[in-house]
Amino acid sequence: MALSGLEIYKLLPKTNCKKCGFQTCLAFAMQLAKKAVPIDKCPFVAPDVRVILEQASQPAIRLVEIGSGDNKVSVGNETVVFRHEEKFHHPSAIGFLLEDDASDAELNRALDEISKLQFERVGQNIKVDLIALRQKSGKDMFLAALSKIKKVVKLGIVLMPASLDTLKAALEFCGEERPLVYCSDAALLDSFAGVCKERRLPLAFRKPDMNGFSEQTKRFTQQGFSDIVLDIAQNSTSERLWQLTQARRSAVKKGERSLGFPTMAIVETGDEYQAMVQAAAYVTKYASIIILRSRKPEYILPLLTLRQNIFTDPQKPLQVEPNVYTVGTAGEKSPVLITTNFSLTYYTVLGEIEASRIPAYLICVDTEGMSVLTAWAAEKFTPERIADTLIRFELGRIVKHKNLIIPGYVAMMSGDLEEKSGWKIFVGPREAAGISSYLKNL
Amino acid sequence: MAEELRSQQMYGLRVHELKLGATREEGGSRSKVFKIGNQAAMPFLFKEGEIPYAPIIAAEVYDVPDDDWPQSLAEDLKGVSKNPVDWAAMMAEDAGADLVCLKLQGIHPDFGDKNSKDAGSLATALLKRVKTPLIILGCGQGDKDNEVLPYVSEVTKGERLLFGCVVQENYKTLTAACIADGHNIIAESPIDVNIAKQLNILISDIGMPQDRIAINPTIGALGYGLEYAYSIMERARSAALSGDKMLAMPFICFVGQEAWRAKEARVSEAESPLWGNARERGVMWEAMTAIAMLQAGADILTMRHPKAIKIVKAAIAELMKR
Repeated sequence: MALSGLEIYKLLPKTNCKKCGFQTCLAFAMQLAKKAVPIDKCPFVAPDVRVILEQASQPAIRLVEIGSGDNKVSVGNETVVFRHEEKFHHPSAIGFLLEDDASDAELNRALDEISKLQFERVGQNIKVDLIALRQKSGKDMFLAALSKIKKVVKLGIVLMPASLDTLKAALEFCGEERPLVYCSDAALLDSFAGVCKERRLPLAFRKPDMNGFSEQTKRFTQQGFSDIVLDIAQNSTSERLWQLTQARRSAVKKGERSLGFPTMAIVETGDEYQAMVQAAAYVTKYASIIILRSRKPEYILPLLTLRQNIFTDPQKPLQVEPNVYTVGTAGEKSPVLITTNFSLTYYTVLGEIEASRIPAYLICVDTEGMSVLTAWAAEKFTPERIADTLIRFELGRIVKHKNLIIPGYVAMMSGDLEEKSGWKIFVGPREAAGISSYLKNL
Repeated sequence: MAEELRSQQMYGLRVHELKLGATREEGGSRSKVFKIGNQAAMPFLFKEGEIPYAPIIAAEVYDVPDDDWPQSLAEDLKGVSKNPVDWAAMMAEDAGADLVCLKLQGIHPDFGDKNSKDAGSLATALLKRVKTPLIILGCGQGDKDNEVLPYVSEVTKGERLLFGCVVQENYKTLTAACIADGHNIIAESPIDVNIAKQLNILISDIGMPQDRIAINPTIGALGYGLEYAYSIMERARSAALSGDKMLAMPFICFVGQEAWRAKEARVSEAESPLWGNARERGVMWEAMTAIAMLQAGADILTMRHPKAIKIVKAAIAELMKR
């Protein structure tokens, strides 16, 4: 938990010696709170105070990185319980559970399906992140499956070996990559942790409750190992949600360091529909990593979309650059539509114009990412602003007509806009869904 | 024994308890009735406070057929979508919906311009055919709703139904009718906590008891602004449990009508092969929209696809295990 300037001030010598470069200890404390200066600037700070301040500067939930290069996935580092309090920082990593006793054909099919699971939504590429390989047969089978996975897909790896021997061999195989190591056998936990500490790899393990996690992570951190992921056990969905909530809340609200680690939920529910809706619940409530079996695009697309929604910064709606966008092979006679630069609005309108197959120009006015009605109410989508935009983007040079289609929701501004811009205003449909037929009947 | 590590959040207030449907003894004719709300904790956190009732699902039924349905909906509801009474019966009996939500789209001047008598007799016919309470929605055109809904309220007097939606600019007529006829009311606000609260105050001021109001926070579908309503609901519910009585009403979320407008729920597999099976995709789009709303605090979900209803119903049963 971050300390306030006043809390830090109480821990300083309060001698105002100015050695740190500041006039007073209080001024120095304020800068420390902002993390603008290092504590080393104070030559007199007591060693125990130094430890407290260093700890306080750590995030409440540790950041854990899996994979390397383009496949790197970061989880953890969350700061709030509710997204409206600030935002959720690192989207839940979505991964798939594979087992090494699958036949070659099965494994090939799985990898082929998984590699196709990426989609373009509102200008973002949304994709799955991880493959978890669980050992069910001998070491050689595990390594063979691992080798195939590494050849075919470029995703982070979660290793779930059943013995130390397999783990070590698999790690040789992974080279410079940073897999997440998963320990499913309590008897192997210490030896797995030893290997992970030495190689600086993250380790996930399961405990039945918060006390179990807390005791274990305290032991590990004392030994200097803290790249930890808490795998919350598969009880009923409500019990798992309770534990996920407990871990998050204890860490960010109570500063409970021993629970301040990313969390993981492995969904092995047999019913595919129930597995998917369970995963959806864990996206909203605090699972940093979700491992699934189902990999059908018709289920993964909605799940990734939900993740995109929940992890959007509430203070900063997704925006597109204000500009004139050309749809299809538009020319000087093509219709001109205008809307806001809120991404969701832009992409929805764009999709409908595309669906009409009528080439057109779409102008996005800078409304600071607000949607049509919100922007109108906040005076960011006004006749003045639209008229300015038409001039700024030199629409007169792009088309040979002066007809502008505005969203149906702002029909009330058409008279005013006609006067201010000199363009003839046509009122389009209120909902984007009507654009296609509107354009066809123009 | 070490003390159990816990971060428990306790609250001072409960959500109001709203009763839906009246039995013969209570002056109605419903054999199935429901209570919602009255929880003292955030969704499904049973260890922090009592959560006496499970969220319920109302099947969306329209008085006029919708010709703009994606293929999957059109196929799965074929045979019933032209007859609201059969449709309602199928949803309540076979699809497992808890109750029925009748949308009177056909009274809209542009979509059939049906009159009060038409709407009233349809509501009466539905009440005869199904055992559940009804949610009855107007067409969204203020003047026409004010003309038709009070009449429907009167002919269903005593059944303790849920009527909607009233908005800040137009709440008096329908609210007065529901007060007189013993019904509940849905207060709609545009993704805004302050307006939601203000409207609840206005409705209470003209005499509607607080435990007969449900909040419609105006949700967006998965992928289409769902996160806005999600956070508004979390904020409103936190405020309610922490002591704000004027926000302590159950939420109703119109899931089906929103989810099935989403492009991803509509386009065929031929158009978007990488998106997989269209029917399953649409069903999951609706189910996941519903799941997110449940996590934000929804008490009533209105839904459309029989399969999505079954999935979410099973998920609610799992979430209610304590």
